[in-house]
Amino acid sequence: MIGLSHYLILAAILFTISVVGIFLNRKNIIILLMSIELMLLAVNINFIAFSYYLNDIAGQIFVFFILTIAAAESAIGLAIIVLIFRNTRSINVDDLNRLSG
Amino acid sequence: MNELIQFDLSLIMPEIFVLSMAMVVLMTDLFIKPSSRWIIYSLSQLTLLGSTYLTGKDFAEETQFAFSNMFVRDGLADFLKMISYLGISLTFLYSRSYMKDRGLYRGEYFALVLFALLGMMIMISSHNMLLVYMGLELLSLCLYSITALDRDNQKATESAIKYFVLGALASGLLLYGMSMIYGATSSLDIGIISTTLFNHPTDHSILVLGLVFVLAGLAFKLGAVPFQMWVPDVYEGAPSSIAMLISSVPKLAAFAITIRLLADGLQSMIIDWKEMLLIMAVLSISIGNITAIAQKNIKRMYAYSTISHIGFILFGVMSGSLNGYASSLFYVASYMLMTLVSFAILMIMSNKNFECELIEDFKGLNKRSPWYAFLMLIVMLSMAGIPPTIGFYAKFMVLQAALEAGFVGFVIYAVMMVLVGMFYYLRIVKLMYFDEPKVKGKIEASLDVQWVLSLNALSLLIIGLVPYTFMEATTQAISLSLN
Repeated sequence: MIGLSHYLILAAILFTISVVGIFLNRKNIIILLMSIELMLLAVNINFIAFSYYLNDIAGQIFVFFILTIAAAESAIGLAIIVLIFRNTRSINVDDLNRLSG
Repeated sequence: MNELIQFDLSLIMPEIFVLSMAMVVLMTDLFIKPSSRWIIYSLSQLTLLGSTYLTGKDFAEETQFAFSNMFVRDGLADFLKMISYLGISLTFLYSRSYMKDRGLYRGEYFALVLFALLGMMIMISSHNMLLVYMGLELLSLCLYSITALDRDNQKATESAIKYFVLGALASGLLLYGMSMIYGATSSLDIGIISTTLFNHPTDHSILVLGLVFVLAGLAFKLGAVPFQMWVPDVYEGAPSSIAMLISSVPKLAAFAITIRLLADGLQSMIIDWKEMLLIMAVLSISIGNITAIAQKNIKRMYAYSTISHIGFILFGVMSGSLNGYASSLFYVASYMLMTLVSFAILMIMSNKNFECELIEDFKGLNKRSPWYAFLMLIVMLSMAGIPPTIGFYAKFMVLQAALEAGFVGFVIYAVMMVLVGMFYYLRIVKLMYFDEPKVKGKIEASLDVQWVLSLNALSLLIIGLVPYTFMEATTQAISLSLN
């Protein structure tokens, strides 16, 4: 029988993959966007699992908002990536080194 | 759950007004010539004036809720909103000529800032985790795009993507924490979370896990160590006017959600979050002050000084008393006044062909313009925390609250770090008064900027001399909101 804990573990694994993806990725900015998206989806699984087991609808409503905002967020992220590509002709993470930080 | 959804539109009039005016600004910009941008500027200033009136008209004496307890209007919310209007209005004024010189004086700047203000107002008034998230994202998405407003500038776009990725990561962490807290308390409403935790202390481990993630997200947004990486890069990369915006008013909103989530919602877990905040506060003060010494770029120096100020704000929050929250509120408001002046002087010293970015550019400012050198002196003394400025009083109140909460050793450590910080603030004073100017030429600013900037800088001195009315207002705002 699949219980609440299985869903939470799945969400935790997805969340970890996305955080590791953000920090280990040295190649492509698009992969950063994918990791961010994955992170939000992991949170969604968490919310839906809790919402189902608590018999409370609020968690599922939250998921709709997260999905919408995630779409807006990737739109802005892609827009910034287009600007970077226009300026430097590359979207490698390693080429982002003009700021000493 | 059979209660009717109550709409109380009268409570959210300021928000509705700002939203509709932001759209008006966006639309008007399509129909006017670039030479008559002053219309957009006046419309934006009118928006802030109007929302000040709407908020001040029925300034909340007691806590009122709207939209089924999602939206709260209380003393804290109205106080912070009033200061936010002031901050945004000053930002528009100070950045006007700087943006004009760089071709960034466009309608979308004003519209985006107004939408960001709306996001901050929602954050300040949120009483539900859904609303916290919505307001935070509205603010953050606007700030990411404003950072990239100078779209042909490589540094600006690079700082925008760094800000975007780390900001999105922070939102993800915050959301993950919120989902854990939702799972443990079965509610998103901050008031219900608070009473549930108070009445039945439930499964502890999942709550602590949620708390850690929420705190990490909040620390990212505030810019506290160990989540401070984005602050210096964004300050350096973004145009000064936008760095000024990012460094000033959003800190008020981040402070508001910190208070709402920690001091209101998770109040019963104070033992847990106290220690985590302590670590972040001490690290922020140390790393902020020590790294700032090594900076050559003044915007990076401001960034590290911001990090150390955030450390002090967290010091007040972690003392966990009403007094502590009130002194933090005082600190964050006075920090906003200080940082606005510091960036405004940077922008006045820049002109079309010259970007004032290095600490060296301040050499001999006294010979070029004694008055601006004096204003900068006030700001630097205030940031360093030397009496009789507002910065001294803010630090004093925060440390006093921490002392009452029993953090004696850490208070002594913080005072030592203030001494370290004095080095880099006073170095600027030394450069201004005792060195020969590197760049010649007069410093020019329009008359209204001169007057308002002088008033703003002198207010640091005046409030520092008679801080009691201001302090009373913050104490009242906090004690009205948190019982």
